[in-house]
Amino acid sequence: MQNDSLNIGGHEFQSRFILGSGKYSLKLIEAAVKDAGAQIITLAVRRANTKEQENILDFIPKGVTLLPNTSGARTAEEAVRIARLARELGCGDFVKIEIMRDFKYLFPDNQETIRATEILAREDFIVMPYMYPDLNVARDLVNAGAAAVMPLAAPIGSNRGLAAGEFIQILIDEIDLPIIVDAGIGSPSQACKAMEMGAAAVMANTALATAGDLPLMAAAFRQAIEAGRNAYLAGLGRILTRGASASDPLTGFLRD
Amino acid sequence: MKHTEPTHAETTTNKSHFFIDSEYLSPKALETKHRLETDPSARKNLMEYLPGMEQIESDICRAVMSQMNCYDYSRYTAKDVKTALERPACTIEDLKALLSPAAEPFLEQMAHRARLETSRHFGNTVYLFTPLYIANYCENYCVYCGFNCYNHIKRMKLTMEQIEHEMKIVADSGMEEILILTGESRTKSSVAYIGEACKLARKYFRMVGLEIYPVNTDEYHYLHKCGADYVTVFQETYDTDKYETLHLLGHKRVWPYRFDSQERALMGGMRGVAFSALLGLSDFRKDALASALHVYYLQRKYPHAEMSLSCPRLRPIINNDKINSQNVREKQLCQVLCAYRIFLPFVGITVSSRESARFRNGIIKIAATKVSAGVSTGIGDHETKYTGKETDGAQGDEQFEIDDDRSFDTMYRDIASEGLQPVLNDYLYV
Repeated sequence: MQNDSLNIGGHEFQSRFILGSGKYSLKLIEAAVKDAGAQIITLAVRRANTKEQENILDFIPKGVTLLPNTSGARTAEEAVRIARLARELGCGDFVKIEIMRDFKYLFPDNQETIRATEILAREDFIVMPYMYPDLNVARDLVNAGAAAVMPLAAPIGSNRGLAAGEFIQILIDEIDLPIIVDAGIGSPSQACKAMEMGAAAVMANTALATAGDLPLMAAAFRQAIEAGRNAYLAGLGRILTRGASASDPLTGFLRD
Repeated sequence: MKHTEPTHAETTTNKSHFFIDSEYLSPKALETKHRLETDPSARKNLMEYLPGMEQIESDICRAVMSQMNCYDYSRYTAKDVKTALERPACTIEDLKALLSPAAEPFLEQMAHRARLETSRHFGNTVYLFTPLYIANYCENYCVYCGFNCYNHIKRMKLTMEQIEHEMKIVADSGMEEILILTGESRTKSSVAYIGEACKLARKYFRMVGLEIYPVNTDEYHYLHKCGADYVTVFQETYDTDKYETLHLLGHKRVWPYRFDSQERALMGGMRGVAFSALLGLSDFRKDALASALHVYYLQRKYPHAEMSLSCPRLRPIINNDKINSQNVREKQLCQVLCAYRIFLPFVGITVSSRESARFRNGIIKIAATKVSAGVSTGIGDHETKYTGKETDGAQGDEQFEIDDDRSFDTMYRDIASEGLQPVLNDYLYV
């Protein structure tokens, strides 16, 4: 098979599973990364901004790309400050923008996210904005300099799967950047489905954190994501929704 | 002041035994005290604002109180509880069912549902913090509280040097979040004094919370600029008739000013606010309902704000059924916490050191997301408590006796050994 790597901001990744880190024991991170085969792991800057006691950065295996997020930010300005802090902390140039003005559902604020993307892209960050799947906003994010677009599939932590699947499909069809499905994916089968749709990658956190055996679930996600990706590359067969297709073509009467 | 609890001598047979006369009080003071205790006409109208108290336009109080006033928990049945537990998103009616006596046989099911909600929103994390009392002067007469102005205790207000010394000791233990507390005395512990303490705290801690007397919006704004980002105010009880009989003197007596504290704090730019009733002062089911709805309605108005609930309770009194009957047992406390979690899956829930280590170890696996450790409710005694070293410095008396006296290290280890992840800081002051 030809090389099927994921390209984000000029960086190549073989894995299409982005791992969250915020909801389970730090000691499990290494096993999760290994069994997930993940090459990118997110971390909350607010959590990494700790003193000597058990810093999450010490638990992430070397060679894994850090994707610091700006959770806790309520405005573009706050997100920008957090991103700069992440860079100072040595987390690299990747940043996942999360801006929430809603504490209950943690819905991303699309407008503020566009503004933050613009500012951070100018500062040479590799910007991966978390967003509510809206085509116009996705286009604005492209124009603002995003390196990928990360639409939510369902409310964060809900494990409800592809509730916003139809709209994510439109982003996949219309946006040239990688579309990475984030938030709400609750099971490997849902992750597989997202990949079959043509998503470039899937991110999961709660689904692993709430699993009985975290490393085993990480491995299950890995396999599901690979299977979904292969299905997408193979080209899914025709799905007939209304009975059999007519044997005589409807346009058979045409002569010229 | 918030962590109000009857002192040992007060908790004898019934509420009249809240009243203790100190031999150190002058005859005139005693006369005033007795008059306040026995003659309601000697007490100010608790709905009347005092000069200088800001009055904001808000409909939150009306919304909360109308729900609480019409709450008849005897109406709810097992069927209502089952419906509540089966519904994906808990409604206000469901919350009322979950807080009712009909839900008591379903405690295990409630705990399972609560645990699921907690893990979805918080994973397996548990946050740690410690309180730091910097002064215990108080101008209120709240009959159940050890700091009340008629109670003869060693009063103290730390100097900035002493505060810094205390903070260094706490920070050295590994703690990154601090909650600064004072008694309720504007004269002795002014906003400027508290502001300076916040500035110091920012040097040593990642996150600074405040649990002080309620202040106006501009003062919250000032304290936010000084480095505080979270404000806790306990309403004690939402039952105004009961409140009137317990808070006899001082600015704390002004019930509506206290009710709007969280909203003023948010208007002043604070990131988050915390709420609580002192369960057991009045009808705990109604108080729990009102606390949860206070959060619910304010969250709808200020969706960006972080919110959390606490659940302190008057402790059961040994060998005294009369007082116990009004108090909240562990099972009922657990019921309240599960109901909070199911109704408000996204809010933080704090369980303080007034509960036992056994209860706290259990509840962090179900609903609580934040616990204190290395706690002292006294003034200026961290060095003695943390290092065992006797100091020459004076110390102020404690507000109440804690139950769970685990140190930061022990708490950290205990949480980890339960398979949970202790978190010291989840916050950026931006």
